[in-house]
Amino acid sequence: MTTHLNEGQQQALKCAIQEGLPIDSRPYLVLANIIGGSEEAVIHCIEKWIGSGLIKRFGIVVKHHSLGYTSNAMVVWNVSDEIVDELGEQIKQSGLVTLCYRRPRRLPDWNYNLFCMIHGKNRDQVLAQLDELIESCQLKDVEHDVLFSYKQFKQCGGRYHNLEKANSHG
Amino acid sequence: MINKLSQQIIDRYQKGFPLSPTPFKVMANELDVSEQEIIDCVESLQQTDVVSRVGPVFNHKKAGASTLVAIAVPEHLLSDVAEMVNEFKEVNHNYAREHHYNLWFVVTATDSKHLEQTLWSIRKKTGYPILNLPMEKSYHIDLGFKLNWN
Repeated sequence: MTTHLNEGQQQALKCAIQEGLPIDSRPYLVLANIIGGSEEAVIHCIEKWIGSGLIKRFGIVVKHHSLGYTSNAMVVWNVSDEIVDELGEQIKQSGLVTLCYRRPRRLPDWNYNLFCMIHGKNRDQVLAQLDELIESCQLKDVEHDVLFSYKQFKQCGGRYHNLEKANSHG
Repeated sequence: MINKLSQQIIDRYQKGFPLSPTPFKVMANELDVSEQEIIDCVESLQQTDVVSRVGPVFNHKKAGASTLVAIAVPEHLLSDVAEMVNEFKEVNHNYAREHHYNLWFVVTATDSKHLEQTLWSIRKKTGYPILNLPMEKSYHIDLGFKLNWN
């Protein structure tokens, strides 16, 4: 059997792995049988996706909430456009946040353009981490807001690949 | 309670899951237990909802189109509106947050046209204006961060 998957098989593989690998001694073989390819080609294809950055992480996906990480705050900052990229990098370097993004302002309703996420086991821990961040990145005078989450209505991985299929069936 | 083997598996394999034909055997050798013990442990972590899956985290930017959306909803209607939003299969994270904009969710779609259509439908269904805040630049994403077991 060939070591490469065709377009259709690759699409089917994306679909099959996005909900997780089968917990089986030979998970890639199980996947290969589902999509009609070889085990070797499945492994090769996943390797390629990791190399190209399409897959940014491949492994155990933890539900932080179940492990006691019940507190998370989205901290939003109004940073001048000239320094936002530099500051984003600094915040990343601090190691105190799990996500850091630039997003557009929507004036007059929303004037924050830098977003980061702090996860912790409780509110005090998150706030202490925020204080540390403000200290280490000199953010004391930067306008910001802290949005703690207080209810989780839905949490699951993004599902791109079955949407297409779902839509084409109606 | 999370046992020692579970902690070791999570600490070691949030990234870099083995791409060998027998990945659980590779893990077993590395952690000095049997393959069956690893498989049982991972299965139990999934059953107890500590682990949602073993597999890929796709790069949103490369895999499709996505955006962060916020809506300001009267508090007493929040659950109802959240439920309406959840009915869209394109919505994958949906949280209540302490702010005037109190409902925050991520919408992912196959492409930008599909994304726009979905946002339009959400606006129409809920009856509220939305803040559409697509990512312009990512400095850092690491939800596979090192866990503190204490």
